[in-house]
Amino acid sequence: MLEIKNVSKTFNIGTVNEKKALDRLSLKLEDGDFVTVIGGNGAGKSTLLNMIAGVYPIDSGHILLDGEELSQQPEFKRAKQIGRVFQDPLMGTAADMMITENLALAKRRGKPRTLRWGCKKEESVDYQKELQRLGLGLENRMSTKVGLLSGGQRQALTLLMATLQRPKLLLLDEHTAALDPLTAKKVLDLTKEIVEEQNLTTIMITHNMKDAIQIGNRLIMMYNGKIIFDVRDEEKKKLTVEMLHQKFQEASGAEFSDDRAVLI
Amino acid sequence: MSILLSIEGAIGQGILWGIMALGVYITFRLLDFADLTVDGSFATGGAVSAILIVNGMDPWLSLLFALIAGALAGAVTGILNTICKIPAILAGILTQIGLYSINLMIMQKSNLPLLNTETIFSKVADVIDLPRSVSVWISTNNLVVLLIGILIAALVIGVLYWFFGTEIGSAIRATGNNANMVRANGISTNVTIILALMLSNALNAFSGALVAQQQGYSDVKMGIGAIVMALASIVLGEVLFGRKGGFARRLISIVIGSICYRIIVAVVLQLGLNADNLKLFTAILVGVALSIPIMMESSKQKKMYKKLTAEVDAIEEPFHARD
Repeated sequence: MLEIKNVSKTFNIGTVNEKKALDRLSLKLEDGDFVTVIGGNGAGKSTLLNMIAGVYPIDSGHILLDGEELSQQPEFKRAKQIGRVFQDPLMGTAADMMITENLALAKRRGKPRTLRWGCKKEESVDYQKELQRLGLGLENRMSTKVGLLSGGQRQALTLLMATLQRPKLLLLDEHTAALDPLTAKKVLDLTKEIVEEQNLTTIMITHNMKDAIQIGNRLIMMYNGKIIFDVRDEEKKKLTVEMLHQKFQEASGAEFSDDRAVLI
Repeated sequence: MSILLSIEGAIGQGILWGIMALGVYITFRLLDFADLTVDGSFATGGAVSAILIVNGMDPWLSLLFALIAGALAGAVTGILNTICKIPAILAGILTQIGLYSINLMIMQKSNLPLLNTETIFSKVADVIDLPRSVSVWISTNNLVVLLIGILIAALVIGVLYWFFGTEIGSAIRATGNNANMVRANGISTNVTIILALMLSNALNAFSGALVAQQQGYSDVKMGIGAIVMALASIVLGEVLFGRKGGFARRLISIVIGSICYRIIVAVVLQLGLNADNLKLFTAILVGVALSIPIMMESSKQKKMYKKLTAEVDAIEEPFHARD
C-alpha cells in the first residue's frame, strides 16, 4: 500500500535553527491499516504527514503508494489519491463559499476542472444525505457560507469532504485537537464510522494516548524523527497508557520528564 | 445644460471603465491578489486596438486582439508569481513597468489619435438619426456610448457570472479563500492563479480598448492610476450596495460604482477642481470610502456596548460600586 523508504527531512539546513525532522524513516502500511501516531512535540509526526501529502519536498528517500513513486509529484497531484484533514478547522474549507460549493470542490478532488457547472442540482441531493449523517443540522443550511460555521462543524465538514470521493490514503493531523471534548468525540466517532465503512487506509496523529490505543489496528510512536515503537493487532490491544509511558521512557531516557506533559 | 451633458458623458465613461473595475475585482476580491499589472494592461489594450484600427482593421475585431494581449500580460504576472515565486505586488509591478515600453513599441509613439478612422462608436453613430425631441436631451455620441457600454457590460457580467459558477471558476474562488485547501483537493493553485490573472487583465485591456476608441486616441499614460480608479469603483459599489448579496448583484454594483465615481469626478471638475488635483482627490475618496465601513462598525459596537451594559447595570448593582 504505502511504502516509505529512508525518508529524511532537515529544516533550516546550515543555520542555528537546523532541525532534523525526519531521520531515515521507513514505514510500510498494509491495505486497510488504521495507524495512530503518537510522540512529543517536534518528534516529526506532522512532518511525516506533510511529506506524504507533498506540502514540501523531502531531502532524500522514496514514498510509494501502490508502487507509484510520489516523492517528486506536486502536492495537488498527490491529492488525487490522498484525503486530508488538518489540525486547524479553518484550513480545510473555503470560508466565503457555500457548504455545497465546498463539497462540490471536494467531490472533484484530483479530477480535471472544466467549464461544466461547479455544483449541479442533482449533486446537492447526494450532499444533503451525506450531511444528514453528521447529525449537525447542516443538511438544512446547504447554502450557508462555511465561514459562519463553528470549528467543530467545519472540521466535520472537512472530514466529509476528504472522504466524499474515496481516497486511497486518509491523513488526519490531530484533527480533533482544536475542538472541545464533546465535539472532539463526535468527530472522532464519525472518523471511525467513515474509515470502517469505506475500509480506508488511514494515518491519524493524536496527542490523546487513550484514543491512540483504542482506535485503529496499529500504533507507532515517534521520537526525534524516527519510529521508535510499532505495534499492531493483538499486541496493540494489550497496550495501556502506562506501557506507552514506559516505552517512551526507554527510548528517550532522561529527556522523558520534559515530554511527559505532552503525552498525558 | 452643460452639467447634464457632462453627467451623460460620465455615465458612458463609467460603464466602459467599469469593465476594468470588473477585471480588477477578479484579482482584488476573488483571488485576493493585489495585481498592479492593470495600469500597464489597460494601456496595452488601448494601444493594440488603436494601432490595428489605424492599420485598417475592423474596430470590433481589434477588441478581440486587445483581449488576447491583456491575457498574455496577465499570464506574465501569473508566471512570475507562481513559477518564479515573486511576491504578488512585485510581480505585477514588473509586468506593468515592462508593458510601458511594450506599449510604446506597439504604438511607435506616445499618443496615437483615431481622428479620421472608424471606431465601434462612430460606426453605430453613423446609422443612428436622432429625432430633434431626443437630441435636445442627449447627444448622439453620448447615447451610442451608453447603448454599447450597457450591452457590453451586460455581456461581460453574464459571462463572469457563468464562469465563476463552473468547476474552474469555483476553483479560482476557492484559491482566493484558502490555497491550502485547493491543493489538498487536487487543484494546482499555479494554474488557478495564472488563469484568474489572464482573465482579469484580458478585461482590463478590453476596457482600455473601449476607452481609447471612445475618447478618440490611445495614450501610453492612459493606464496610470487605473488600479486606484478600479478600487474606487469597487469600494463605492460596496458602500452603496453592501458586501452582501448574490454574485450578479456584486458585479452590477461594481459597474454602478464606476459610474458613480465618474459622475463625482465630472461634478467636482464642473465645480472648478483643477484637473491636476484629480488623482489626489481620487486617493482621498478611496481612502475615505474604505474607512467608512470600519468606522461605522466600530461605532455600532460601542453603541451596543453602552446600551447592553446600561441594561445590565440597571438590573444589577453597578460594577464599580462593589469595590
